[in-house]
Amino acid sequence: MIQAIAFYLFAIIVILSGAMTIASRNPVHSVMWLILAFFNAAGLMILVGAEFIAMLLVIVYVGAVAVLFLFVVMMLDIDFTEMRAGVARYFGIGLALAVALAAEVMIAVGAWSTGPIQLARRIAPIDPGVPNIQAIGNLLYTRYLFVFEGAGLVLLVAMIGAIVLTHRQRGGVKAQNVSRQNARRPQDATRNTRPVVGQGVEL
Amino acid sequence: MTIGLVHYLVVAAILFTMGVLGIFLNRKNLIVILMAIELILLAVNLNLVAFSAYLHDLVGQVFAMFVLTVAAGEAAIGLAILVIYFRGRGTIAVDDVNRMKG
Repeated sequence: MIQAIAFYLFAIIVILSGAMTIASRNPVHSVMWLILAFFNAAGLMILVGAEFIAMLLVIVYVGAVAVLFLFVVMMLDIDFTEMRAGVARYFGIGLALAVALAAEVMIAVGAWSTGPIQLARRIAPIDPGVPNIQAIGNLLYTRYLFVFEGAGLVLLVAMIGAIVLTHRQRGGVKAQNVSRQNARRPQDATRNTRPVVGQGVEL
Repeated sequence: MTIGLVHYLVVAAILFTMGVLGIFLNRKNLIVILMAIELILLAVNLNLVAFSAYLHDLVGQVFAMFVLTVAAGEAAIGLAILVIYFRGRGTIAVDDVNRMKG
């Protein structure tokens, strides 16, 4: 009973906050609603016993991705008032498509009948005696090791790509150039002159 | 009253639909479109975890983690592209992205 109450609470809040994410006028509010949606989705995942993914969702999404969104929203100098101009224009077609898609998925779920699921062919059956995190670690570092390293490579490429895309050289700023300082030799920097008496030195 | 797999599938389907609707509605704001894509990926994760739990197979949770990885990378690259696009054009409206039209 308490599980059903918790499920409906989390489900209603996650759907409402998802709706507010796409509907609110201010992108900062959108990010806040998105964070609420992630927290409640994490609650939904805890209800079925996937604690590790739930914690990962909170850490990665709320801690990193949502903060990244907040930074970008606040850094860009955007006029938020004209943002919502096209909503009325696309509302009809968007709503029609969304309702059609939702109906299709619901019908598919309702008509969902697989054949006999061969439970014996599961790759990693959940053992109730092993904690969730330990079981995922056992699976991730053995069977899915290469996929795991591929995921790390994806993150590395994403990081390098983001840095390369957004890095720019500013002109006209005075900054220390250490390699140029070290490469400077005395014979390039100084000059011996023998000025004639009565004339100045050509600088 | 027990919560079955279908409950989770319906919630994820609604969330997915909401993400698609968000892409359609926010044509003037690329940031909200990226957030809608995050909502879609969240719905996919919810499906993976629900199937994993109800079929008693841990692989779904492992793949939910990989989806999470790709979502994080996608958000980073998308926001980087958004920043340089805004730097060059001064707007983030999707309707104006037609510079490469032949």
